[in-house]
Amino acid sequence: MRVALFLTCVNDTLYPDTGRAVVKLLTRLGVEVDFPMAQTCCGQAHYNTGYRHEAEPLARHFAEVFGDYEAIVTPSGSCGAMVRELYPRMGERARAEGRGDTLAATLAPVVPKTYELTEFLVDVLGVTDVGAYYPHTVTYHPTCHGLRGLGLGERPTRLLRAVKGLELVELPGAEECCGFGGTFALKNADVSAAMGADKVRNAESTGAEVLCAADNSCLMHLGGTMTRLRTGMRPVHIAEILASTKEEPAV
Amino acid sequence: MSGTFVGMPAFPKAAHEAVHDRTLRGNLRHATHTIRGKRAKAVAELADWAELREAGKRIKDHTLRHLDRYLVQLEESVTAAGGTVHWAADADEANRIVADLVKETGESEVVKVKSMATQEIGLNEALEAEGIRAYETDLAELIVQLGKDRPSHILVPAIHRNRGEIREIFAREMSEWGRPAPDGLTDTPAELAEAARLHLREKFLRAKVGVSGANFMVAETGTLVVVESEGNGRMCLTLPETLISVVGIEKIVPTWQDLEVFLQTLPRSSTAERMNPYTSTWTGTTDEDGPRHFHLVLLDNGRTDTLADEVGRQALRCIRCSACLNVCPVYERAGGHAYGSVYPGPIGAILSPQLRGTASEIDASLPYASSLCGACYEVCPVAIDIPEVLVHLRERVVEGGPVTRAGNKVVLQPAKGHAAERAAMRAARWAFSRPGVLRTGQRLASRTRRIHPRTLPGPGRAWSGTRDLPPVPAEPFRDWWQRTQNAKGGAE
Ligand code: SF4
Repeated sequence: MRVALFLTCVNDTLYPDTGRAVVKLLTRLGVEVDFPMAQTCCGQAHYNTGYRHEAEPLARHFAEVFGDYEAIVTPSGSCGAMVRELYPRMGERARAEGRGDTLAATLAPVVPKTYELTEFLVDVLGVTDVGAYYPHTVTYHPTCHGLRGLGLGERPTRLLRAVKGLELVELPGAEECCGFGGTFALKNADVSAAMGADKVRNAESTGAEVLCAADNSCLMHLGGTMTRLRTGMRPVHIAEILASTKEEPAV
Repeated sequence: MSGTFVGMPAFPKAAHEAVHDRTLRGNLRHATHTIRGKRAKAVAELADWAELREAGKRIKDHTLRHLDRYLVQLEESVTAAGGTVHWAADADEANRIVADLVKETGESEVVKVKSMATQEIGLNEALEAEGIRAYETDLAELIVQLGKDRPSHILVPAIHRNRGEIREIFAREMSEWGRPAPDGLTDTPAELAEAARLHLREKFLRAKVGVSGANFMVAETGTLVVVESEGNGRMCLTLPETLISVVGIEKIVPTWQDLEVFLQTLPRSSTAERMNPYTSTWTGTTDEDGPRHFHLVLLDNGRTDTLADEVGRQALRCIRCSACLNVCPVYERAGGHAYGSVYPGPIGAILSPQLRGTASEIDASLPYASSLCGACYEVCPVAIDIPEVLVHLRERVVEGGPVTRAGNKVVLQPAKGHAAERAAMRAARWAFSRPGVLRTGQRLASRTRRIHPRTLPGPGRAWSGTRDLPPVPAEPFRDWWQRTQNAKGGAE
């Protein structure tokens, strides 16, 4: 199976460890991973801030770069939701604007074969025990676009429960948004920060060492809040936990 | 200019105060979390909730698509049942119609059933200017009116108040408006309710004119429906001689059978009740029973313009249950007043900028008052995709484009104050269309990482005022990939 890693621009630039973890994990599971060097950004920030027309060239670029792969895997719930939910909508809007079916047709091939990492593991590879070892207490925050957009459901927690040494503790108010929301974090900084602080306090109340999520954008916001509030916790992307083994442990 | 890039000051500014008001935050958190949990339980009881939601959506969409036909049918059936129908294009016209109708009766006071439409048009203030006093009779509206306050929630307008504050308001203000609060009033719910009951009873028995809205209007029979919990509505709808109902044109359902769907989804979504305590229905006038005169004022006030927008029109499906407010993390922290409209929360953020347009600062800021978390869409009993409409309205703000205002097609110019943001978005699009440029930028960031601050000046403070910046790694992923893949002899 020819699988492309769509790492996302945020991870590529700021969280290369997550990318390395996905490669390590998938390779261990026998998947041949490629990282198409021409990849950039899915256009989510543009689209969600109201710049749909600026997002279109990025979506077309995405379709061009990833069109030939059998599956596209991304360690980001929100970028996954962008491709799966919003690319079709962009096509529809272009049609409604009298620009024909070209955009819809260009984007259509990548939509069904784009998977968020935990979906790919559970649904496509059919594994829940990925042979990981991670001897820490972890609490899991289901990020909004993964939870409500993609409907990831129990997939991430099933994967985490199968990790040796890992103790999973429930996060109170787990389904509430962390307050990141892309440009929302800047445009409505007060509300965003209040939401982040509440989420961090809930995470802290579990006594876990690690706050895990399947999206580094939310973790960037929560991690920045954690160090500012001087909590002892640290944010870790789920890929890094699943990639961790006794021989090569992640911290 | 930080204000320009970061965005519009209106909603964020108003929210700033609420976020730091501890009493308000406590009141709202407690109230929204309680109702949130109860709603989830009430909804989970129904095995066919998803089907009911879909049916509600379809009925509303069908009705809106044929609104012209159903409005005429409604007018005919109301008229045939002895009522009089008036058409109001905007708030001013509706207010004038109601004021004239009240004056014709020779009365100078009216009792009111809780109604969003009359708040939307500012009816109480308009009547006061004509020397007519309007008494709110819903308990929460009474609290708001006595407190010279503004409503902050659709269903529970005084949600921002706690019991102690309510006791204060009753003790201080009731005597101004009628029967004073009993001496030694405490803040127990039963005592507060009793004080309100005594105060209001006097008004019900005296009033000759009642003013209401309606939750639904059934086109086939011309029947209006009000759904409520307290019974004050029933009093106002039956005791006065004249009843004037001001209702938005989107409140129509074609048949009684359609009503069946909403009478299941509305109470469960709003108060988490299986069935609401009082459902009043009336059809024109009936001899020897209820009001002698019935007037229906059909209100447009931006609704037809909203209907003209393919994406935005779904907001007109709203049945004002307020479930979206109760689950909204932004509403919970910003409070209802920050939305600058009688429609707060997620529905307000998509309705106000459509009914009023996006010209004002607050209306242009409302589409951004959301993290797009999608909790509102998930609970909405008529499946309004609120995040979709929010993004659509953001686009209208930053890109402009065709809209309908007062029935005319116009092309909006992009809003001012987004120039820096627009430039940044264009630059990012340019860079992201060229992987080489992105890579150069990443490398530059990595090389200079030791001198990156953990906090930012200027507009960046919006982030780093409360959150540290993530450290920039020594090398971006793509450099690592290329290095290691090349070492393996793999293709680029
Ligand atoms: S938008 Fe939906 S959830 Fe919100 S008040 Fe209207 S019907 Fe209820």
